[in-house]
Amino acid sequence: MAYSPHTSDDRTRMLEAIGVGSVDELFADIPESLRAHGLELPPPDTEVELSERLRRLAGLNRVDLASFLGAGAYRHFVPAVVDQLLLRGEFYTAYTPYQPEISQGTLQTIYEYQSMLAELTGLDVVSASHYDGATATAEAALMACRATRRERVLVSPAVHPHYRQTLATYFAGGGVVADEIPLISEGPAVGTTDLAALEALLNDKDRPVAGVVVANPSFLGLLEPMAEIGRLAHAAGALFVAVIEPVSLAVLATPGQYGADIAAGEGQPLGIPLSFGGPYLGILACKEPLVRQIPGRLVGMTTDVDGRRAFVMTLRAREQDIRREKASSNICTNQALCALAAAIYIGALGPHGLRDVAALGAARAAELEKALVAAGAPRVHSGPYLNEFAVRVPDARAVHKGLLARGILAGLPLGDVYPQDRTLADALLVCATEVTTEADVAAFAAALRAELASTDGTGPASAAAAASAKGADR
Amino acid sequence: MTVSGNRLVPTIFERSRPGRGGAKVPHPGNAVLDRIPADQLRSEGPRLPEVSEPELVRHYVNLSQLNYAVDTGFYPLGSCTMKYNPKIDEWAARLDGFASLHPLAPDELAQGTLQLLWELEQALAEISGMKAVTLQPAAGAHGELTGILMVRAYHRSRGDLERTEVLVPDSAHGTNPATASMAGFKTVSIPSAPDGGVDVEAFRAALGPRTAAVMITNPSTLGLFEARLCELLDAVHEAGALAYMDGANLNAVMGRFKPGEAGFDAVHINVHKTFSTPHGGGGPGAGPVGVGERLMPFLPGPRVLREPDGRFRLEREGERPTSIGRMRAFAGSTGVLVRAYAYIRALGGSGLCEVSEEAVLAANYLKKKLTGILDVPFERACMHEFVASAASLKARTGIRTLDVAKRLIDYGYHPPTIYFPLTVEEAMLIEPTESESLETLDAFADAMARIVAEAADDPELLHAAPHDSPVRRLDETTAARQPNLRWQAMTGAQNPCPD
Repeated sequence: MAYSPHTSDDRTRMLEAIGVGSVDELFADIPESLRAHGLELPPPDTEVELSERLRRLAGLNRVDLASFLGAGAYRHFVPAVVDQLLLRGEFYTAYTPYQPEISQGTLQTIYEYQSMLAELTGLDVVSASHYDGATATAEAALMACRATRRERVLVSPAVHPHYRQTLATYFAGGGVVADEIPLISEGPAVGTTDLAALEALLNDKDRPVAGVVVANPSFLGLLEPMAEIGRLAHAAGALFVAVIEPVSLAVLATPGQYGADIAAGEGQPLGIPLSFGGPYLGILACKEPLVRQIPGRLVGMTTDVDGRRAFVMTLRAREQDIRREKASSNICTNQALCALAAAIYIGALGPHGLRDVAALGAARAAELEKALVAAGAPRVHSGPYLNEFAVRVPDARAVHKGLLARGILAGLPLGDVYPQDRTLADALLVCATEVTTEADVAAFAAALRAELASTDGTGPASAAAAASAKGADR
Repeated sequence: MTVSGNRLVPTIFERSRPGRGGAKVPHPGNAVLDRIPADQLRSEGPRLPEVSEPELVRHYVNLSQLNYAVDTGFYPLGSCTMKYNPKIDEWAARLDGFASLHPLAPDELAQGTLQLLWELEQALAEISGMKAVTLQPAAGAHGELTGILMVRAYHRSRGDLERTEVLVPDSAHGTNPATASMAGFKTVSIPSAPDGGVDVEAFRAALGPRTAAVMITNPSTLGLFEARLCELLDAVHEAGALAYMDGANLNAVMGRFKPGEAGFDAVHINVHKTFSTPHGGGGPGAGPVGVGERLMPFLPGPRVLREPDGRFRLEREGERPTSIGRMRAFAGSTGVLVRAYAYIRALGGSGLCEVSEEAVLAANYLKKKLTGILDVPFERACMHEFVASAASLKARTGIRTLDVAKRLIDYGYHPPTIYFPLTVEEAMLIEPTESESLETLDAFADAMARIVAEAADDPELLHAAPHDSPVRRLDETTAARQPNLRWQAMTGAQNPCPD
């Protein structure tokens, strides 16, 4: 058996010491009627066979296209040092630092991660990690409810659709209600939060609001009037939850700067591979007065009996293993290694490098916008964006499908995730990062020109592409 | 440096000097941000560390050396299954085809990963005896929440709105009651029977039209198989409730007990325990959930589907309206699931059965070796872990489980889980796993015998332990009363960045 240290002689000696004749006797407690008889699974692979099998499966995926797909998960350059350090077995084969005397490595890295993210978000307290951006956002909303003892949150539809769906699932249990804040439907601020509508929702005295949840940049890539949203939320006694993207915070206004009480977001852009959705890093941060409401582990600095500086998990009375049914969340296993990856990534890039990543993404996106407009795909919105934006093309799904055949992953057809919003039915959400090359942009523009010319919106090529696109829906 | 003690490491903030580091990505000029309104920009640059790459490497390598880990030694942390993490699994998850695949890539670009996930679902269904499996949950507790939210949806779909309670034995993991609360249920805690098992009579008395579900850990957190499981499951279903199994201890019973076949309606599987994906210093893991017929319609989306032509795809938005919805963004913690898949294929059906046999064999062997050294409250054969207790030792010498645990550190071991389960006084939950050699188990038992002898001869040695660790016992009270949760004295980077 792979990985087993026990020889048949060892097994015999153990059985003799225990005083049983066979391993079967050790399972005698399993009632006869409940006994299973083996597993119908394939036979073991040797490591040679296994590596070949895995290489073949990985090879069935296509990761060679010029990709403009972001929508909550972003391609970035990850310095080689990040993965080299993550492969230290002392980090990745340890567990939760329950014994601080022999876990200072993990504890200090978490403390440093908390400090770095506090600096990036402009907030005071950062949890050691949550599962991903979606669950961190749901936990942030629940936290706002606990802190205000209210049971209604207002959520922007321009928060990532998966986050809103997750929030709805999490809310199903607790009697908490999530209402949508309308977006402005026309004019220069189209696609951003409708402040007048938000104010009206907040003024419903019979249904007081615990928290207002808005993303910046929004899922549509737009920058939101965060300071104004915060003022309106606070005037109504609600907390303001900002959904953030951490790389952008190297250049964009921070939640602390615009007055958010809680920030939640996806930490994947900080050096974590795309890996088809995870493992990622749920970021959850808050202002100091909310520290006893925040779910998830926290690491604090203290001293040992000899007065040496040391780190330890703290404020544990919030957690499930201590408080059981009264805990602030059921979270136990978190994403510590992903938080470590983020910390190493930030350390490798430094403040200027992180700013360069964000700024270079913005620069490449501006070049992409220019090229796509010239190729016949104008922007859907007019407000400022950082590195992701929506463009209009006739029959977005068919064009997306056609471009795929031309080697371009043309972002996300927004109609797939906003089926109700007619203004987004013919929109593609595209993004650029520092790894987007000029050649990628030129190839996208050329392919788009060719695609738009060949289909012309009505021809047989377009219809065929649309029909085959059905298999690729999300 | 403010640290005394030569094994400690300065914080990365103390290592920072303006001007160090860089040259990882090209530097665009500040003009590229001119198109963004000034009030949308960060008012001052982030005060993040500036270190050179060699310093960065030493920082993290030195920090790693302050950790105890499975790769460095014996880690018998009960209920956590700290088994060896095969290196090929790390290699596999890093293959470019897996690691660089975007979660929203169209199905046609993702056939390899989708096939792997589909095959993994099938394997986990076979192992758990369940009808279907969702790979979406990110951890065991997340799986529990997924399961209990499905239970809630099931009862509501039948118009049964009165079921507001979840019954949990008092020996359960803390995540069980915390999950029930999060899913909107009231937890009813049921005392254990004197033999450590579930008290079926107490359960019967508590079961009724208000019971939505019963959450049972099997084998239990005491490392015992629930001998009266049949009676309990019958009673649960008679009351119209559903049975949820916390599968944290599945490593004991692969191929010998399948929760689905036994009658459980849902089970979560901690792949970071049973299927050897690394614990990562606290995570990430993954907590797939298997369900029986009754809960299948409510599985979270998106599921992985195989088309009649053999191709794979993810379920589309709104395709299955009975679903409880999403539990997270995207499909799941795929990188973790690749590792679990690799582990399952390396062992195969026969190997997984042997894993459980050897885990149970090792636990019973170590239990035998420790009998007479410590209290071993439950004498019958254990599964993959067992409870020992320092209760007599404490009565005799004043030495508590905590002291024994800390002294184990001096002997080069990670302590077992202590003071859990809550139902046993001075508990130590010891789980050797199948990964440990006979010599390691013997040496651990010898160390424990020496510590117990020290407790009588030199109790102060134990009270003050550990002595040979990077730091000694910590002031946790001050840490909680005056929380210091972030480094305050960070120096500012030059802002704006020089062009």
